[in-house]
Amino acid sequence: MRRLMNLRPNRGSGLLLGILPFVALLIAYLVASDIRMADNPNDKLLPGMSVFADAVQQFAFQEDKRSGDIILWSDTAASLQRLGIGLSLAALGGLVFGILTGVLPYGRATLSPLIAALSMIPPLAILPILFIIFGLGELSKIVLIVIGIAPFVMRDIGMRVGELPAEQLIKVQTLGASTWQTIVRVVLPQMLPRLIDAVRLSLGPAWLFLIAAEAIAATDGLGYRIFLVRRYLAMDIILPYVVWITLLAFVMDLLLRQISRRAFPWYQRA
Amino acid sequence: MVGASGGGKSTFLRMLLGQETPTRGEFLVDGKPLPDEPGPDRGIVFQRYSVFPHLTVLENVMLGLELERAPLLGKLFGRKRGEVRERAAAMLDEVGLYHARDKYATELSGGMQQRLSIAQSVIKQPRILLLDEPFGALDPGISADMHKLILRLWEEHHMTIFMVTHDIKEGFDLGTRILVFDKVRLDPQAPNAFGATITYDIPLHVTSNKVLEEMAEAKARTERFSDGLVAA
Repeated sequence: MRRLMNLRPNRGSGLLLGILPFVALLIAYLVASDIRMADNPNDKLLPGMSVFADAVQQFAFQEDKRSGDIILWSDTAASLQRLGIGLSLAALGGLVFGILTGVLPYGRATLSPLIAALSMIPPLAILPILFIIFGLGELSKIVLIVIGIAPFVMRDIGMRVGELPAEQLIKVQTLGASTWQTIVRVVLPQMLPRLIDAVRLSLGPAWLFLIAAEAIAATDGLGYRIFLVRRYLAMDIILPYVVWITLLAFVMDLLLRQISRRAFPWYQRA
Repeated sequence: MVGASGGGKSTFLRMLLGQETPTRGEFLVDGKPLPDEPGPDRGIVFQRYSVFPHLTVLENVMLGLELERAPLLGKLFGRKRGEVRERAAAMLDEVGLYHARDKYATELSGGMQQRLSIAQSVIKQPRILLLDEPFGALDPGISADMHKLILRLWEEHHMTIFMVTHDIKEGFDLGTRILVFDKVRLDPQAPNAFGATITYDIPLHVTSNKVLEEMAEAKARTERFSDGLVAA
């Protein structure tokens, strides 16, 4: 018998093993829900599947009587717009400042201490300031995401530039490159796939900041809805929303990975 | 340029390159001091990492010409790009990499990457080509091919080549002049206590008695050889 650490599942059994915990979780929920429903058929905490089906039918496929919108879609659109704008700005800013600090010693000396200090501020602690300065509209939510994500991206890109072999940067100078040409032909193209990696790692925190901002002050959005219906213990809406958010985050991650693979075939992780 | 590790060969090369500046003295070419940063007059091939992984083999060679002709983007388009592409392809043919022109640089073997790095530099027609142990990480059979290549390019393109090597035989096979780097004073308890210098400057293919005497004299000045550590 080989050591446990040397035993590997094959493709099929690996897939099966991966699904198993999900199924176990689902079964555990159904059993617990059944037990509670037997005591009280109107239980709100662990509703059964039929209750979920009704709720999903209502908020995902029927127009809201008051607004005329389908709530899930309008919430999703509002949240994704905030997230998309916030992440894009954070990525752009992170790329520019990361390259500045990574390539230019003067840029590093000037900006690195500031970025390091800013990245230590808990973004949620300054959310009230953002609400005061930028009001309760879209801007404050987007700024929260940018402030939360950009310092990480900047530092990450700065470090990735530092990891480029010094030989490359010397070589391109002997080929006649100026600082600017070195950035646009050698550094920037090699940073783009690394930027995608940084954004993928930032997806979790970005959702966190989005939902926190929406929970506190918004009139639509996925986070807003969850915190709104919490007042009615509406687990039949909250849980499907959480699953939907998870699915969105997963698909975004998958898309970014595919883009990276297609657009930068030379970039393969060792 | 040969010598023991820590003997200052690579430091000397980096000073030639402009990556480090000497605290005293200066480097003159035709009576003019070398610029104090790397530039297109001096090409370099390092032992590793001097090709660009995000570019194909052909693009790696085109890069030097593109940088010269497109100051803003460092990239050419259309007809100008076509011209540069043809020159780069001819250069690749010269170093035997034409068949691999569309691969990414990191898909090549170590020896092929070094050929590519040489082609990248030579297409810029540098006055001086610096080689920092370029074949140190290659198989012996492959480095023999590389020796032929480098001698051919040296003759065709009229460059001065400075090459650092650990392999003394390689130095004698390729060189016209050998600079030996060593420490004149050597403290075995503190190997870094004293600095290194060029201990011999050997013009090859010249074996007059005067040269031999000068070498013997130079050797006598080196502590390493005064206590029986004489190498071949």
